[in-house]
Amino acid sequence: MTAMLRIENLGKRFTLHVQDGAEIPVFQGVDLALDAGDCVALTGPSGTGKSSLLRMIYANYLCQEGRIDLWHDGAWVDMATAAPRTVLDVRRRTLGYVSQFLRVIPRVPTLDVVAEPLRAMGAPADAARDAAAALLRRLNIPQALWRLSPVTFSGGEKQRINVARGFVAPYPVLLLDEPTASLDAANSAIVLELIAEARARGAAVLGIFHDRAARDAVCTDQVDVTRFKPGSKAVSHA
Amino acid sequence: MSDDAPLLRADDVTVLYGARVGCRDVSLDLYPGEVLGVVGESGSGKTTLLNALSGRLEPASGRVVYATRHEGPKDVFALTEPERRFLMRTDWALVHQNPRDGLRMGVSAGANIGERLMGVGWRHYGNIRGTALSWLDKVEIEAGRVDDLPATFSGGMQQRLQIARNLVTGPRLVFMDEPTGGLDVSVQARLLDLLRGLVADLNLSAVVVTHDLAVARVLSHRLMVMRDGGVVEQGLTDQVLDDPQHPYTQLLVSSILQV
Repeated sequence: MTAMLRIENLGKRFTLHVQDGAEIPVFQGVDLALDAGDCVALTGPSGTGKSSLLRMIYANYLCQEGRIDLWHDGAWVDMATAAPRTVLDVRRRTLGYVSQFLRVIPRVPTLDVVAEPLRAMGAPADAARDAAAALLRRLNIPQALWRLSPVTFSGGEKQRINVARGFVAPYPVLLLDEPTASLDAANSAIVLELIAEARARGAAVLGIFHDRAARDAVCTDQVDVTRFKPGSKAVSHA
Repeated sequence: MSDDAPLLRADDVTVLYGARVGCRDVSLDLYPGEVLGVVGESGSGKTTLLNALSGRLEPASGRVVYATRHEGPKDVFALTEPERRFLMRTDWALVHQNPRDGLRMGVSAGANIGERLMGVGWRHYGNIRGTALSWLDKVEIEAGRVDDLPATFSGGMQQRLQIARNLVTGPRLVFMDEPTGGLDVSVQARLLDLLRGLVADLNLSAVVVTHDLAVARVLSHRLMVMRDGGVVEQGLTDQVLDDPQHPYTQLLVSSILQV
C-alpha cells in the first residue's frame, strides 16, 4: 500500500472577532491515514466539521495545530504549513476537490470550465476538451449547454459540472464533499462509477456521502468525526 | 530564469508623506506567473504600495528589488532614471483605474498600441499595424475601430484598449490599480475573464490593487490585506477570504453583501 495522506494531531478552532471574539472549537487530535486506492467516508451529524476537515486538507482553512502530510511529486508536503505557491502546485497536480458549490467566472463556457483542471496539468487544449466532453456526456449534461456558462444552470447540473471538474484530471488524491447530493438515482450511480474507476487507477479518496447506500457502495472504511470533537476522548481508529 | 527566484521583492518598504505614513514595513515576494492581490479600504496604503513597487514613489526606507532579464536582481531605486524608464517601457506595464490616465486620448486606438512598440524600437509600419490589429482582437475590440479615437469608445472598451497598449510589448510584470473600478458589473465580468486568460497565457506576474474582494478572488493567487498602511494578513487568496484570521479581514469579508 502506498500512503498518500497522513493527518496527525490536527486541531481547528474559529475565532469570530466580529462576534465578541467568540471561540468555536471544531476539532482536536484528528488522526487519519489514506493509502492509494482507499475510499474513506467521513461520517457524523451536520455541523460536526466534516466539510471543514476537507477544506483544511485543501488548505482552504488554516489549522491551529497538527500536520497534514500529503504525498506530492515524490515527497511529503505539510498542507497545514505549506507556502501558497506550494499549495497551488499541489492543487494543480495532486489534489482534486469537489466542493458543494460551483464557483465560476461568468462567460466561461461549461466545456472550458470542465477542461481547465486538465489544461492546468499541462494537457493540450484539444485533448482536455475531448476529455471534458466525454465526461459531460457521461454525466448527461446536454450538449447544447456545453457552450454556455454554468452560472444559470440548475443545482443538479452545477453539481455534475463540479463532479466533472474533479474527475477530468487524474488526481492522485480526491476530496469529495457530497458529490451525489442533489442528483437523481441514475446520475448518482454514474458518480459512484467514477469514484470506483478513480480508485481502480490508484487514487485515494476521502469523501462525505449523506447517502448511506452510496457510502456502502464505494467506501472501504469510514471515520466518525465526532470522535475528534474537542473535549471528547480520542478513540483509536478501528 | 528559474521559477524559484522572485521576480519582484520588497523588503520593509515604508513610504512617508511628510509625517504621515503611506505604507509601513511592507515585505513581499512575487514569483514568475504569480498574481498578488492587495485589498483594503480607501486610505489603507494599497495604491501607495503599488506606486513604490513600480518605482514611481521612493520609499523613506526599505528596498524594492526587481530581477532584470540580463543583469539579475537590481534595486529599483538605485537604477538611473533612463534605466528605470526603459524597464517601464519593456518589462513592466501599468494599468490605471481610469483608462484616460493610461491612454493618449488624442490619437487613434491603433496608434495607442503602436506607440508602445515604437518606444521599444519598432519602425516597420506594416508590422506595427498588424500587431495592433491582433491585440485589438485579443481584447475583443473590432478591427474596424482601429483608426477611431479612444474618446469614442465605451468605458469598458477604453479599459481593454489600455490593457492591449500595456501588454503589446510583452512585459513580465503588470501593476494594476483597480482595473475594474468604475465599470458596470457585466463589463467587469468580461474584463476579468479577459485579464485572467491573458495573465495565464502570457505567464505574467501581476500586482493587482483593488477594494473589491470578488475581483481579488478571481484574479489573484495570493492576497495581502492592508489597513492604516500596514499589512494585517496575507496568504492564499481563498484561504484569506474563506477563513480570515485578523479581526479587520473578518470584518471586510463579513461586510460583503450577498446577491
